[in-house]
Amino acid sequence: MAPSTSSSVTLNINGEKHTLSVDHRTTLLDALRERLDLTGTKKGCDHGQCGACTVLVDGRRTVSCLQLAVASDEREITTVEGLADGDRLHPVQQAFLDLDGFQCGYCTPGQICSAIAVIEEHAAGWPSAVTEDVRPEAGPPPLTPEEIRERMSGNLCRCSAYVQIVQAVARAADENRTETEETAA
Amino acid sequence: MTTATTGVTPITGAVGTAHTRVEGRAKVTGAARYAGEIPFAELAHGWLALSTVSRGRILSVETGPVLAMPGVLTVLHHGNAPRLDTDYIGMLGVPPDPTAAVFQNDRVPHAGWPVALVVAETPEQAREAAEALVVTYEREPHDIELTAGRPDAHPVDGHMPGMTEKGDIEAELAASAHVVDEEYTTPEEHHAMMEPHAATALWDGGRLEVVDSNQGTTWVADELTRMFSLDPSAVRVRSEHIGGGFGSKGVRAHQVSAVMAATVLQRPVRVVLTRRQMFSLTGYRSPTAQRVRLGAGTDGRLRALDHRSVNQTSTVWEFVEPSAGVARVMYDADAHRTSNEVVRLDVPSPTWMRGPGEAPGSFALEAALDELAERCGIDPIELRLRNEPERGPVSGLPFAGRNLAACFREGARRFGWAGRDPRPGTRREGRWLLGTGTAAASFPAGALPSTASVTAEADGTHTVRIAAADIGTGARTALTLVAADALGVATDRVRVRIGDSDFGPAGIAGGSMGTRSWAWAITAAARELRDRLVPGGTIPPEGVTVRSDTTAALGALAQKERHSFGAQFAEVAVDVTTGEVRVRRMLGIFAAGRIVNPLTARGQLVGGMTWGISMALHEEAVRDRASGGLYGPDLAGYHVAGHADVPEIEADWVDDPDPEDPVGIKGIGEVGIVGAAAAVANAVWHATGVRHRNLPIRPDRVLRAQGGARV
Repeated sequence: MAPSTSSSVTLNINGEKHTLSVDHRTTLLDALRERLDLTGTKKGCDHGQCGACTVLVDGRRTVSCLQLAVASDEREITTVEGLADGDRLHPVQQAFLDLDGFQCGYCTPGQICSAIAVIEEHAAGWPSAVTEDVRPEAGPPPLTPEEIRERMSGNLCRCSAYVQIVQAVARAADENRTETEETAA
Repeated sequence: MTTATTGVTPITGAVGTAHTRVEGRAKVTGAARYAGEIPFAELAHGWLALSTVSRGRILSVETGPVLAMPGVLTVLHHGNAPRLDTDYIGMLGVPPDPTAAVFQNDRVPHAGWPVALVVAETPEQAREAAEALVVTYEREPHDIELTAGRPDAHPVDGHMPGMTEKGDIEAELAASAHVVDEEYTTPEEHHAMMEPHAATALWDGGRLEVVDSNQGTTWVADELTRMFSLDPSAVRVRSEHIGGGFGSKGVRAHQVSAVMAATVLQRPVRVVLTRRQMFSLTGYRSPTAQRVRLGAGTDGRLRALDHRSVNQTSTVWEFVEPSAGVARVMYDADAHRTSNEVVRLDVPSPTWMRGPGEAPGSFALEAALDELAERCGIDPIELRLRNEPERGPVSGLPFAGRNLAACFREGARRFGWAGRDPRPGTRREGRWLLGTGTAAASFPAGALPSTASVTAEADGTHTVRIAAADIGTGARTALTLVAADALGVATDRVRVRIGDSDFGPAGIAGGSMGTRSWAWAITAAARELRDRLVPGGTIPPEGVTVRSDTTAALGALAQKERHSFGAQFAEVAVDVTTGEVRVRRMLGIFAAGRIVNPLTARGQLVGGMTWGISMALHEEAVRDRASGGLYGPDLAGYHVAGHADVPEIEADWVDDPDPEDPVGIKGIGEVGIVGAAAAVANAVWHATGVRHRNLPIRPDRVLRAQGGARV
């Protein structure tokens, strides 16, 4: 008997379970785009070099072109389609829209997913390559433009909306911090 | 038919006011569908197989084993593909690039030439089969090396004359108090837009429909009509959202091969290029080797200006990168000579890329001006102001506005140029040497004939239809503002539909001409519609539609030198022990016509300036002499500026409306890159005292130059 070249997987995407049979060679990115009609996640290079396919897998940012669909079985996946609350945009989406953090829009879903993770990683105290004091007791460094640029560098934007993207991420991070503080109070 | 009249539209408020993109919500939620994302029943998937040799003939295409693979439907190649008509001049005034007119003969003129298309039921099956396809070649030696000294370099007329000459260059140089005579090079650069080229072709009710990602549906529909010898009414091309273009998204192998396969199989076929395939199939900016000779009197006034540029083209298509053209606009001299020359090599065909000619040409010319300023002991801005021409240096025509001096004055004030110490290599901050630089920018302001329709709907809204393309420029939004003002209504009463060749002929998104061309047509139709509607009258259920055509109005424009201008400023930090160059800040002030939407216009200009940083410091496609192909043709091997490379960049503008354009527009897509690389390079000299005349200014070049070695 010829070895099987496909398997059944269950992908939990934006809170909805999808069970499908996939060719073992199918990436998570192609499963989203070609099989589930979730085309918001973009294919820019298929090599993990541009970041356009960034999604959140179990809350962590992941380039979906470098992860096979069969390796995503039973994982919690959030794509750009799952960020807004009905008509209410996610604060990061709203900041990108208001501050024109995009032009052609093709890198945008990846930039937005990455930015959401950057804000969470920073709030959780993760340092970056440009963080001056990386001792755990130092706490999260200020989320300066330099920190945002470093942390967002996995996401290329050839239209070069970088200046506006950094402003959008900073605004969304400020809003997130204010909301967190208000909740804590 | 109506023709446009000139005269500036009365301002009713939308034009000139910041407006977020009308399709912005769709783009930030992932709802906007690009060419490869629109579902079709019975869709088959094509995958291109490219040549592995740089020159030769195809001896055989071993289709048998591949056709037996799972899901494979057909393999198209030069032995069985439909014949194409390529003997025509297209809408842009050039014949089709044979790299796009695929599978017509057994010649292989460059590495990565399309040799076959494998079509299968799924993308995985098509890819596996294309990679398994064996093609045998008769290999021939290839010639891929561009140098300024090649004897086969020859001047070529592209969209401008190949050569211009007045006066006696040698005599004026000999009589000059200060002379600059230097060679400058720029490398092969790629558009690298984020969305790879993608097209789906299908026959529907006797009509060919192509869903594509391109910079002009009229353009692509016209070329496919001619290539496949079809009736123009039988071809429809749609392109609603485009993930960047920059000159590369025209007629390419993906559309042509998809149409072939859809015709052969009689079912929808999608062809998407891979990132690596894009590096040989979709054009690029040729490397240039330029020599600039300047001669000036002690007062800095130019007596001689000689700018020669040599670029490469393929053996199958001639493309001239007119880098010396910028000198024909910027500076006059008693003796003035320019030439744009081409060498044919066994390389892929280059094409238009953001700021074609001006981007590499301004690097050489504006760097040479900086060198002349140093030799004359004159401030670089003052030197430029002393050489402001009254009329076109070559054409003798008057300028339709030349507000370069205003840009420099405003830029110098905001950048803090006054009191700058001109001496190089004297400012240090820790491990960094600091410097500032400036350069001038210009880009032609043109317009292409376009048609538009505007409909007053019975519900009180308005629908604009025009075969425009929004490749990220914000054109869709700008046109909404223009239409609202021309109609005298609020922007939410206007819906602009674009990207469909069925809307009638329109110009391309290219040459910074898109928004100006389309706004002109929309303004003409909207004004006539407004005149036609009786106040208080009722509108029939089908609405009232007016069509416009700007051909006659554009043809009636007087001959003038029409350009946008700008002044670029950069501050850099250079670590001469590691070779690292960091741009700390940039400022660009532009005179670029009336700004329709300040929000998106700023993005265009800042984006162009960022391309200038990328050009100055990062971008370089390196061709391997042994194989004739590129090293690492992908987004890791070809680095474009990323977040961490880009500092705070400011762009702003001076008042500069074009009185002969109905809206006052000049075009802003390209002027932002022009001069930007020169400003960075001039700042690197100011920081270190070393002139870098070869781009990009890589760390190894900085290190070797500091060590005194010639690079």
